[in-house]
This record gives sequence, structure tokens and C-alpha cells, in this order.
Amino acid sequence: MTNYLEFEKPLAEIEGKAEELRALARANKEMDVEGEAAGLDAKASALLKELYKDLTPWRKCQVARHPDRPHCKDYIEALFTEYTPLAGDRNFADDHAVMGGLARLGDVPVVVMGQEKGNDTKSRIERNFGMARPEGYRKVIRLMDLADRFGLPIVMLVDTPGAYPGKGAEERGQSEAIARSTERSLNVKSPVISVIIGEGGSGGAVALATANTVMMLEHSIYSVISPEGCASILWKDSDKMREAAEALRLTAQDLKQLGVIDQIIPEPMGGAQRGRSESINAVGKAIEAELKALKKRQKGDALLKERREKFLKMGAKGLAA
Amino acid sequence: MNWISNYVRPRINSLFSRREVPENLWTKCSECGTMLFHREFTENLNVCTSCDHHMGITPRERFHALFDGNVFTEVDVPAPLDDPLHFKDQKRYPDRIKAARKDTGEREAMLVAEGKIGRTPIVAAAQDFSFMAGSMGMYVGNAIIAAAERAVAAKRPLVLFSAAGGARMQEGILSLMQMPRTTVAVQMLKEAGLPYIVVLTHPTTGGVTASYAMLGDVHIAEPNALICFAGPRVIEQTIREKLPDGFQRAEYLLDHGMLDRVTHRKDMKDELVTILRMLTGKGPAVMGDLPKPEDVVETKEKPEDAPAKPKDEAPKT
Ligand SMILES: [Zn+2]
Repeated sequence: MTNYLEFEKPLAEIEGKAEELRALARANKEMDVEGEAAGLDAKASALLKELYKDLTPWRKCQVARHPDRPHCKDYIEALFTEYTPLAGDRNFADDHAVMGGLARLGDVPVVVMGQEKGNDTKSRIERNFGMARPEGYRKVIRLMDLADRFGLPIVMLVDTPGAYPGKGAEERGQSEAIARSTERSLNVKSPVISVIIGEGGSGGAVALATANTVMMLEHSIYSVISPEGCASILWKDSDKMREAAEALRLTAQDLKQLGVIDQIIPEPMGGAQRGRSESINAVGKAIEAELKALKKRQKGDALLKERREKFLKMGAKGLAA
Repeated sequence: MNWISNYVRPRINSLFSRREVPENLWTKCSECGTMLFHREFTENLNVCTSCDHHMGITPRERFHALFDGNVFTEVDVPAPLDDPLHFKDQKRYPDRIKAARKDTGEREAMLVAEGKIGRTPIVAAAQDFSFMAGSMGMYVGNAIIAAAERAVAAKRPLVLFSAAGGARMQEGILSLMQMPRTTVAVQMLKEAGLPYIVVLTHPTTGGVTASYAMLGDVHIAEPNALICFAGPRVIEQTIREKLPDGFQRAEYLLDHGMLDRVTHRKDMKDELVTILRMLTGKGPAVMGDLPKPEDVVETKEKPEDAPAKPKDEAPKT
């Protein structure tokens, strides 16, 4: 069953009609509906193109959060071999919102990690909807330590609404854990690659996106605050999320222009949720190519220096008026 | 879920701009309601003389009290792009900046200065909560980088006073990028072997807490300061329960291992001097109000790294 977004409703109607016709024809062999159904298919595909040609920032937010979009676990399972999950922060717990471990990309051993949102009620609760607690960020630090010690590249997949705003998370030092994980990622000599595959939610995302190369899927978002949160603070009205999404410039296209991200990975027509394996493969190819390029520049602490310089320089470019 | 706490400015807001308050006015303590004679209140560093409640203090007032002989030199901060996103909510971002400049008389939300405290040379940076809630945008990032670079060049420790509602939303992702940028600044200090002390003041929240404010060699907070990542209101909405008394206040964080000390504003200078002199291998310092450094006839200028006690200094009494 396809999960349609609100703006895809007209599409749902056409695709639904075609589906109904074909179901009728299966029950009644005398009916010839194929011509009509094919017409509807063509109409649907034209409409899909029209809808996705120029997505507004708010629509991009909806696509980025689409439940059928491939998540971290899907990418890790499809792109890597010998994935060996490593758990725990050696201090308090294992945070299931952050998954990661050792794996091979092609032949190359890497440390891979990312936030996992889950894909049904049970796994969403287990994963805390991809919102990490301090333990998650401390696990990230531990995995980075491991990568740095053995010279393994680090691949991070970002998909989170943000760090978890909870009582225990605050008591155990959410701020400190995030600060230290960002600090650690600016201290490793290994190549570091981040891909924002869905939602890059503020401080909870930046800890996993302080990389030599930051890439974004075409319809993913990366923002200092959710459009809803921004609307309720600046507009004093959380229904102004469309306006906030526009103003925040959170799309991959704007972020590329600002020099905050390095590369945009195209999604299939209708978004990653409609072409899951296509998206996963595109991300895999992009990571492999980037890893090759970074490895060529990996001498001593060259990549570490490059990473720091890149962030120090950030903000020099504004958007065109 | 948003990491900018929707912190509401306290009612004491009007107190921030001293210039508008005539000398003979009374100031009401926002905690106990006592009417305080304004001059007495400012002489007490904006701390209530009746209940010890610490109210907001501007960087300039703080530096005035902090540095020996009230003398400090401002460190230049490179100007960032004005309005990189062409941001507009109910107001245009440039208009909000203009209004904040007019209200505060300051250029932006952080002031960087150098000078001596207890005869100890330092660089200090202080965030200005009265300027757009002290929010961290590119200017604040540039200020922290400039402070770190100056500290490294002059081989001085950096003392940073944090105060912010979080990131500057009007700079979008570029405000978020100040988290890694300021982290690089802290790394410069650490790699140069220089102390970095953070004094967390009310309130320090969001991305500020989750970057440079939690990366100090020593963390000192002012009493009762709210220090958090997610604001209490956001947490209450998420977990749908009342939070305990004192949650996310300085004393609570001290109990939970996130701070080294909670120190009264009037004792802060002496404490900073004591810690910094030990960390940099200097002898004990003279405490209290010292005259301007240039007013003192220094018989022999000792090199800054000399562990021996300079002649004009006596042990702490
Ligand atoms: Zn009082």
C-alpha cells in the first residue's frame, strides 16, 4: 500500500482509479479496461512529474519525513557487507536511536553509523523515532575513537528530528554529549563522510554531519530548527510552518548554494520512497566515489586540517537576492 | 525537538540598558520583589542585595567589574555577512538587528576584550543576553574564533561568559554551523596548551550549551542559572509531566556532574584568578580591586610564564 502525502492526494485519486479498474477487470474477464487504465497511468505519471518538479520547502519537509523512505538500516543492509553492529557507550546504556559498527564498503573496512527512525510502531518506539539520548552521542564518540585508532574511514547517515528532549537525557548531559561528539569528529584523522538521507534536525544532526564531505539526498532537509518550532517561536503560530520552511532555507539546493553541503544526490521521480533501491544505490555510488577521493588526500592529519578549515570558512557565501 | 528553547525573556528586561535608567530610580528584584536602590544594585553587580538573585548583566558592565582598574581593550571581531538568507518572519532580520543595536548600544551579542585580572593577563568573551537573547549567529562564532586566535597569539587563557537562548534562527543553518566552528576555536586553545574556562550564566541553552559552553577545562556557573539543551517547556510538552523543582538550574547540574562549581558573582573574579594562576604556573595573586595596571609602577616586569612570585604581589590573605 502506498502512503500518500497530503499534496499527493490528486495523484492518489488517479492511481486509485486505475487500480480499481484493473481489479474490476480481474473479476470480470469480458471487461476491457487496459486502454482506459493505461491512460490513467500516463496521467498519473505526468502529475507526479508536475508535483515533484518544483517542490516547495514545506513539501520537501514532508517528503524527507515520509515513512516509506529508506532509513539508515536499509542503507546499511543494502550497501555494506559483513556489517557487525557494535553497541553501548560503556557508561550507561546502548541507545537504539543510533546504530553503527564495522562493515565493508566494497572491500574497504569502514565504521558506519547513523540515526534509525524505525518503520513500524514497535521499531519506532524502540528507536525512539531516531532521537538520540546522550548515550547515542557517546556511542558515536566511541565508534569514532575506534575508527581513528585503526585508520578506518567513517561513514555517517543522518536522519533525525533532533536530539531527544527528555528529563533523563538532560540529567545525563545531552549538551555535553553533543558537544563532545562534534569535537571528536573535528579531531579524527580518518576520512569522514556524512549523508543526510532524510531529516537533519538541528544539534542532534550536526554531531553526525561534521564531515570532510557532507552530501544530501535531493529532497532531504537540514535545519537549525524544525519549521513547526520556528513558526511557533518567530510567528507565535505553529501553523505558519510553510512560511518558516521557506525562510529557513533548509533544502539541499539552498544549502549547496550556501556552501554548507558539498553535493546533492538525485532522487528518483516522486522521491526516495517511490524508488527505494534506486536511491540506496545512488547513495552507495556517491559514498564510494567520495571515499576514493578522500583517501587520495589522506596523509597524516591532512584531512583533519581540511575539515577544520572547511568549517572555519563556512558562512562566507550568502544566497543570491 | 527544537533545540532553541522557547525561553521567555524575564521581566527584568528593561534593566539591561542602564543608559535609560536615571540614577535615582529603584529596581525591583525579579525574584523577591524587593525594591533596590539602583546604584546599590549596580554596585552589587546586578545581584539582589536582599535575596542574592543574580539578574542579567551586560558584557560591558561585567568587564568593567572584572578587569583590574576597570581597564580592558576590545578585541576586533570580523564582521560577517549581514543577512545571508534574506530572512523575514513577522519582521525583516536586518530590522531586528537594527532595533537590537539601538536598544543596547552594542554591535552584536558578544563582546571580546583583553586585559588583566588580579595581574593575570587574559582574553575574555561575554555573550550579551540583551542583544536578541544572546543568540549564536555568525557574529558570535566570529567573536569566539577571534577570542581564541587572540588568546593563542598572546599566550593568554580565555574566559568565556555564556548567556543565550540558543541559535540565531534568522541565520538558519549558518547559525547551526557555529557549533562546529566554535568547537574548532576551542581546539585551538587546547592545542596551544591554554586554559579555557567557561562561566555559564543565566540562561545558557540549546546549541550554545551543546558546543563551546560545555567544552571548557573548568565549568563554573552563577547561582540558579538555567543551563540546558532543550528548554523545560519543550521537555514538559514532550514527556507530559511536571519537572522537579530546580531542574536544569546550576545547582542541579552541579549535582549531576556537568559543572565544577557554582559561584556567586561577587566571588567570581577571585576564583578565576586563583584557578588561572595555578593552571598557568603563576604564584598566588593579590585579590580584590586593583588599580589600573599602568598606574602601578612595576619594578621588574616578569615574563608571563615565570612561576616565581612577582614583586608587587602578596600572598592571598
Ligand atoms: Zn531579591
